[in-house]
Amino acid sequence: MEQGSIGREDLAVAAEPPLTVGGVTLASRLIVGTGKYATYAEMARCLEASGTDCVTVAVRRERLVNAAGENILDHLDASRYTLLPNTAGCYTADEAIRVARLGRELLRDMGSAAADWVKLEVLGDQKTLLPDPVGTLAATERLVADGFTVLVYTSDDPIVARRLKELGAASVMPAGSPIGSGQGILNANNLRICMEYLKDGDPSYPVIVDAGVGTASDVAAAMELGVDGVLLNTAIAQAAEPLRMAAAMRAACFAGRQAFRAGRIPRRLYATASSPDEGRVGSLR
Amino acid sequence: MVNGESQPLPPGGTLDEVLAAAGLAGRPVAIEVDGEVVPRSGFADRRLAGGERIEIVTFVGGG
Repeated sequence: MEQGSIGREDLAVAAEPPLTVGGVTLASRLIVGTGKYATYAEMARCLEASGTDCVTVAVRRERLVNAAGENILDHLDASRYTLLPNTAGCYTADEAIRVARLGRELLRDMGSAAADWVKLEVLGDQKTLLPDPVGTLAATERLVADGFTVLVYTSDDPIVARRLKELGAASVMPAGSPIGSGQGILNANNLRICMEYLKDGDPSYPVIVDAGVGTASDVAAAMELGVDGVLLNTAIAQAAEPLRMAAAMRAACFAGRQAFRAGRIPRRLYATASSPDEGRVGSLR
Repeated sequence: MVNGESQPLPPGGTLDEVLAAAGLAGRPVAIEVDGEVVPRSGFADRRLAGGERIEIVTFVGGG
């Protein structure tokens, strides 16, 4: 078996309703970004190894000179991957809405079931790439009114998360730590509260950890908290061996999800023996 | 202006002609003219007076 791949028997055990976001079903709980790969060919191989069926893309100006180069869509089968256009690099609600509309136009006629999806980012500053909560709330409200299915990048602040859901976000996506920082889940307790608030009376509401993943254990840790999915990019694309890391992320997502569903044992301060106390050799004396 | 750069546009030209001149005919692009998205179906008919701010965008890798 390929290292990091998941056996058929495991998948049978794991059978559960797939992740549904805004009425669209995703087979994988990993959403993978398409940025920062050395080549589009490497990106395509990593996406396959990750098991994902939903990938983020950015909207950028087309080159006007030498424009007849490769396009990412030459390397992404839109019938296989749900494309999730982002508003990365936007620092105001107005900018984000403009980019979201251009992304929706690019999705038009591609036959996507998720033709109105946007991964909304309204950033606060370039140093932290932390979300601007005021701009994010404003853009969410306007995009929902404009018919978008909004998957929104936010901080792990439970109050902001709840407000975003109230405004109609299809999925709230709290950051584990800053984008591309590789610091993993910095505040698991905030994520737990986000989950409690967002899933109160609505257990299937999708909560996806977006950003901060550095390595496979970060994905497993997030999934063990009970989040519905994890969105990552840099941790695969910038790994020393991206393809191997993509396989590791797939396995970690699977492991974390199953561990969550299985229910971990409580933490205890003192030991509890695994072997029986009765019949110990020393007790024969 | 196209993508923030001054571009000589044929007077009365269409968006299709702008794309062709840039080597982008038939490529997956979206176009905004003065802040409004123009649907692909309108590229052939949308004539430019000159002086418009045009954005031609596509998907690239991103997270």
